[in-house]
This record gives sequence, C-alpha cells and structure tokens, in this order.
Amino acid sequence: MKTLLNTLYVQTQGALLRLDHDTLKVEVEGRPRLQVPLHHLGSLVLFGEVCVTPALLARCAADGRTVAWLSLHGRFQARVEGPVSGNVLLRRAQHEALDDPHRPREIARHLVAGKLRNLRTVLLRGAREAEGPEAAAPLSQAARHLAELLRELPQASHLEEIRGLEGDASRRYFAAFPHLLLGEGEVFTFRGRNRRPPLDPVNALLSFLYTLLLHDCVGALEGVGLDPQVGFLHALRPGRPALGLDLMEELRPILGDRLALTLLNRRQLTEKDFDRRPGGAVLLNEAGRKKVLVAYQERKQQEITHPFLEQKLPLGLVPHLQARLLARHLRGELSAYPPYLHH
Amino acid sequence: MEEEKPRDWLDHELIPLSALEHFSYCPRQAALIHLEAVWEENVFTLRGRYVHEAADLPGEELQDGVRVERALPLYSRRLGLVGKADIVEFHGEIPYPVDYKHGPRRRREHDDLQLCGQAVCLEEMTGVPVPKGAIYHASSRRRREVEFDVPLRRRLEEAVAELRRLLGQTRLPPAVADERCRHCSLAAACLPEVTRPSPRLTRYLTRLWQPSEEP
Repeated sequence: MKTLLNTLYVQTQGALLRLDHDTLKVEVEGRPRLQVPLHHLGSLVLFGEVCVTPALLARCAADGRTVAWLSLHGRFQARVEGPVSGNVLLRRAQHEALDDPHRPREIARHLVAGKLRNLRTVLLRGAREAEGPEAAAPLSQAARHLAELLRELPQASHLEEIRGLEGDASRRYFAAFPHLLLGEGEVFTFRGRNRRPPLDPVNALLSFLYTLLLHDCVGALEGVGLDPQVGFLHALRPGRPALGLDLMEELRPILGDRLALTLLNRRQLTEKDFDRRPGGAVLLNEAGRKKVLVAYQERKQQEITHPFLEQKLPLGLVPHLQARLLARHLRGELSAYPPYLHH
Repeated sequence: MEEEKPRDWLDHELIPLSALEHFSYCPRQAALIHLEAVWEENVFTLRGRYVHEAADLPGEELQDGVRVERALPLYSRRLGLVGKADIVEFHGEIPYPVDYKHGPRRRREHDDLQLCGQAVCLEEMTGVPVPKGAIYHASSRRRREVEFDVPLRRRLEEAVAELRRLLGQTRLPPAVADERCRHCSLAAACLPEVTRPSPRLTRYLTRLWQPSEEP
C-alpha cells in the first residue's frame, strides 16, 4: 500500500525553503526554523510569499512531489510538477470517454451517488447526535429527501438530469446544515452556502477546507496520470480542474463538512479566528488557518476501511485510491466507477 | 522468432533490458511500468536506483589484472535491446557480465533472463562469444554464476518477441492475481483483486442505490 505522506503547509510570509542534503530546511529572516526529511513529505503547499530555492524545486520535481502556491486565503496560484507525470494512454482513454455518448453520464451518476450517500451519512449522524427529537427532525427529513433523490438517480437519462439531482440534493442539504451546528448562543450562524467572498465564518471555513481538499484531489489525479482538467460531471472550462471537482464531490461531506462541524461544535474555532472585512467578506486569519490545517492533517491520518477494496487505510489516501479506481475504469478494467462510501 | 539481420528499430520498438526481468516476473508488471508509466508507488525503489547509478559512475579500471567496465551501455541491433550493465569484467577478451541485485531475492529465472540479454548484447558489440556471467547478491555478498545455454537463449528470444508484442499494444494484460502479487511493489497501482472478474463490483454497485434506513 502506498503510504500517506505529509503535506507541508507554510504560511509564514517571507519564509525561505531550501534543500539541505535529503532534508528540507525552512528559514525565516535568515534563522533556521524547521528541518524535515524530504521522504516524509508528499507535497508542499505554500501560502502567499514563500520562497523555494531552485535546488529544492528541482528535487521535488524529480521525486514527483508537487509544490503549489495558494494566496493567503487559499486561492490557487501556481503548481510545479516534475517530468514523470501522466500517462498518455490513460489521458487518451479519458478524452475518448468524454466523447462517448453514454460514459460521462454513467461516471457522473456514480460520482453523484457517492456524494448523496455521504451527505446523507453526515445528516444522519447529526440527527443521532442532535439535542432532542425536535432538533433531529429537520435532519432526518433532509436525509429522507436525499434518499429519494438517490433512488431517482438510476433512472436519470441525461447528464443534465443528474446535475439537476445533484443541485437539488445540495440545496436540501445546506438548508438543513444550520441544524448540524450545536449550541444555544448561535455563535455561528449559517444561512446557506455563499462564496467569493464568503459572508460568514461557516462559509469561510467550508471554502478553505474545500480548497485544501481540491488540492489533494488534483494531486491524486496527477499522481495516477489523469488529466485533472477533463471532468465528466463538471463541464469543461478553461483553467477549471473539472475532474478534480468531480472527484471532490463524494469527499466534501467527509473531509470538508464533517471536519468543519467538529471544529465549530467543539469550539475549536472562535470569532477571533476570522477577519471581517468592510462590506461583509469573512476570511480565516493566520491563527484560524493554522488550526484548520492541523485539524485537516489529523483527519487525514484517521484510519478507515475502504468499503470496495475492503482494506484499512488512512482517510487521506482515499482521493488517491479513488483516482486509481477511476483510471482503471477509464482503461476498461472496471466496468463502472465505484465511489467511496463513508461509514 | 525475430529476424536475424540487424535492423534499425524505432525508439518505441526497443526493449529495455530491465523490462525483461519485469516481464518474466509478471507481464502486467512490465506493462504497468513500461506502458502505463506507473512509477509513483515505486518512488523509493527508483530512488534506490538513482543512488546506485550515482555510485556506479561510468568508468574503466583494473582489478587484479582484470579490466572492469562499470555502467557500460549495451545494445543489440539484432534483437532490438538496449540497457546498461552494472559491471562487465573482461577475462582476456571474453566479456563476463555481473548484475547487482539489491532487493529481496527473486526467483532465479527472472534474473537469468535479463543477464542473458546482457550477454547477447555483449556478443554483438564485441564479436566475442559470452558463455557465462554472474548475479551478485548484495545482501549475501555472493556471486552465482549463470551459464548462457541454448534453452536460456531461446527463452530470451521468445520473451523479447512477446514483450515487443505486449508493449506494441495499448491495453494492459490481465492481473495474474496469484502469489506473485503479494511480493509485488506495484500491487497498489495494479489492483489485481478488483480488476479480476468477480461479482464484487456488481454487488457494490447494486447496494449503492439502496441507502440504509433512517434511525
């Protein structure tokens, strides 16, 4: 089994990362701050003004370790990859699948089924943990709606219908989402999903987690040689990692939403972790981002049993395995894509 | 059988000597490495190889009166083979290839086939018959001598032809799904247990549309 390597997140502005034999050294204002053996690291994610020496960049490229720069608030800026990436036969199969009259619909159907199942798992868990039947009712009801939509999914005869069912499910789910937030004082309120910019802390947190997850999904796809821009559920747009977004759908509830709920319900994040900007935008600040990054890394270490492969593995490897299963499907070795279902 | 006359092979028709060992172990493993460009799982193996290559800088030296060539580029125009020998000793005019094995011991035949490929290259390059060579096992620091007899040479030619056919297609051969998979560093990429025909996928996908009951 592939081992889950750490992602090094650096958000100290002006930090310099350099190669020192087989280790990575972080310096801030000329002083050493951290030294990590390179073989522990699977990827580097750098926020804002973080410098990397050419020698370190070359080494990362040679080892297949991606280096990505995000803006301070998590917008993707750049990524550096090495030469040994991608498999032209697999990419060709991916493009051919896209031109097929049926296959994009079938792949999308399975991706959405995975998402609906996992959204429902989040809702049902919330219902079980709710304070009393009154609080549980809207969650159980939303879960029932999602089950209905799931049962309609096999009958959908067009890709557009599948996208429509996915949209309905998301709306139902986010309408019930406030009931997943515990606590009397309504510390954090949520009135539906908004982004660019997020207008409340819950949305700011979800957006940031989704950015981290998307980075992992794109990395997983590139790692198995798939083209992250050629998606099936998400339409192609210049610069859009459509397949990254596809792969992310079934994982959002588990690596995004569930983690956000834990951070908020356990009061690990407070108002102080967010900056409110004039005009209403809300963003995580440096202290908040740090808490989220640590929690995300810990969440990825959590051991699960993969329901299809029937193997134990850390949750953080699931994007990689799903990318591999998708690749096997596209290369004609699995008759359908089996999504990840979380228990 | 391959034609006997030397010919100009196209780049993609040339067979890397290392592929012979992979192919002999498992055709799908060879295809994953040389066709699918699967490498990620094997990054540590690869790194080991880089270290190994760096240590074996090309060069020539004399050891106890024997001329030794390290990292010698090899080719056979007749079979369309390319690669590199770890060590070639020259016993007088007679080349004697020695292949270094670092990893866990594999079954002999896989190593022997690759070494025989090196011998065939050396014969063509020097015009001198190469009757013997050796596998050096780094873990036990022992040499095992291999004789390039007619059956081994015949197996080599058959393997080259089959491998060329395999790498000329674009499809992966099915997983062997046997004992070999347990020792294979590419098992995670290969997914032998799920790509083998089985009711597993059908069962999983049937359940997909049946959500569990509400509490």
